[in-house]
Amino acid sequence: MNHTHTQPLLSVEGLEVHFGPTSDPVRAVDRVDFQIFPGEIVALVGESGSGKSVSALALARLVPEPAGRIVGGKIVFMGLESNCVAVQSSVLGLEAKKGAGSACLDVFGMKSSELRKLRGNRVAYIFQEPATSLNPVFTVGWQIGEAIRLHRKGVMVNAEVQKLLGQVGLPDPKRAAKAYPHELSGGMQQRVMIAMALACDPDLLIADEPTTALDVTVQKQILELLVDLRERRGLSILLITHNLGIVAEVADRIYVMNNGKIVESGETKTVLRTPQHDYTKKLLAAVPRLRKGKTTNSHE
Amino acid sequence: MSELLKVENVSVCYGELEAVRDVSLSLAAGETLGLVGESGCGKSSLGRAILRLEKTSAGRVLFDGRDVCSFTGAALKQFRCEAQIVFQDPFGSLNPRLSVGAAIEEVLFVHGRGGGKVGRRNRVAELFSDVGLNPDWLRRYPHEFSGGQRQRIGLARALALDPKLLVADEPVSALDVSVQADMIRLLKKLQREHGLAYLFIGHDLAVVREMSDRIAVMYKGEMVEVGTADQVCDDPQHAYTQKLLSAVPDIDAALKTVE
Repeated sequence: MNHTHTQPLLSVEGLEVHFGPTSDPVRAVDRVDFQIFPGEIVALVGESGSGKSVSALALARLVPEPAGRIVGGKIVFMGLESNCVAVQSSVLGLEAKKGAGSACLDVFGMKSSELRKLRGNRVAYIFQEPATSLNPVFTVGWQIGEAIRLHRKGVMVNAEVQKLLGQVGLPDPKRAAKAYPHELSGGMQQRVMIAMALACDPDLLIADEPTTALDVTVQKQILELLVDLRERRGLSILLITHNLGIVAEVADRIYVMNNGKIVESGETKTVLRTPQHDYTKKLLAAVPRLRKGKTTNSHE
Repeated sequence: MSELLKVENVSVCYGELEAVRDVSLSLAAGETLGLVGESGCGKSSLGRAILRLEKTSAGRVLFDGRDVCSFTGAALKQFRCEAQIVFQDPFGSLNPRLSVGAAIEEVLFVHGRGGGKVGRRNRVAELFSDVGLNPDWLRRYPHEFSGGQRQRIGLARALALDPKLLVADEPVSALDVSVQADMIRLLKKLQREHGLAYLFIGHDLAVVREMSDRIAVMYKGEMVEVGTADQVCDDPQHAYTQKLLSAVPDIDAALKTVE
């Protein structure tokens, strides 16, 4: 894909997130740059503790405070109407830029009401464990509807909920809406989470290990759903995973993270065919292969 | 190779639901049999029935030629030493209020192994280094370890009594790929050193293939295919096995396909 003439949907520059004492912080995210273009599936890859999830949480200022601190960086978010959301670190004492002619918002200096809009309307998240993200005492229909009631006034909630459940491939949307989370399988629960994420028609879906807790056959269905949503709705997806097999199958571009830094990036196929960094090579060697012959890592 | 485990026409029922239906398999000493299938196919129930952690409603499980359901008293205790299990979620299977050293030592104490207190402590330290952990960490608590380290602790606990059979129920499914690869290497090393037989339960055929000599495929409580790992993965006969194979993300194929 050639992006020279398109504007990125999201552009992150020099993002820094620290944890622990200010005197000797853990640099969970250490001056990270990345971009996501409209309709693109971008993979952020690395092991547990590499900083990939924290980077993603920082995009909507969801890093748990005060344990974690966003200490620097800039996030520029382009809306569909080409209005810029310029985001700069208030911690650094930088003024939010109110560009002439284009409506600008500042994620780091945003008021909580503005943040809620960003989180609901522009960016949505799905996580690894759908069961723990769903409230066990409400029906899934009610939970999906909540986002619509809060963010989209005047929409027929029940009809919209059923439409969404149908879009994410639940066989009987009307019945599914009345189900409680425990009545659904893990794969169905993840579909419900995706429906909830789509409820406010976001531009960017951040999927943090969305299939790690699922069986391979269900994993395949969920990945197909994500690709399908990109095709149908032009959704951009930031896919966070440690599984390079998944990345190879669905992502357009890849960023490899290690110890808080992005160590390699590029078109998925280029990076995986000709990895330059040792860490990328190590991750590749660790992928279990189904076909024998090409692998070398199975024995010491 | 001598036959260590023989499962004959075993069924497991939970009330009305028949989770395992008429399954037969065998496992030789030192061999790895992979057991694959999706959640709910009955693979864990079968693993638990083999260890007599679940009642069978039909059929027999023979361990070293003897029916495990016939074991009582000392014979049952001996069987519990010889057949052990490692679970998917190591955190859920470790007592959060016991240091990991004490948790492993308890196993030796209950079974009267390892001599006195000093002997037990030494044995625990030895087990810890066997699974690639630093014996200086024995006083730490489960929450102080990473997922991969906890899984090694679960393995040390299972190995404490020198088992002949280890049922490994999705032991690497919750781990990162690179940690997964280390764990697979460790399991293979321990198998060579101790002549262990593994029943390796998983849902990812690529991982199961790395580990197994033979693979059995389960679907809706029944065994639909069994063969050598190469046969099952390269020339699957049953439609479900084919579906399972096509679901595994295939990095080589994905990179080969057209731009």
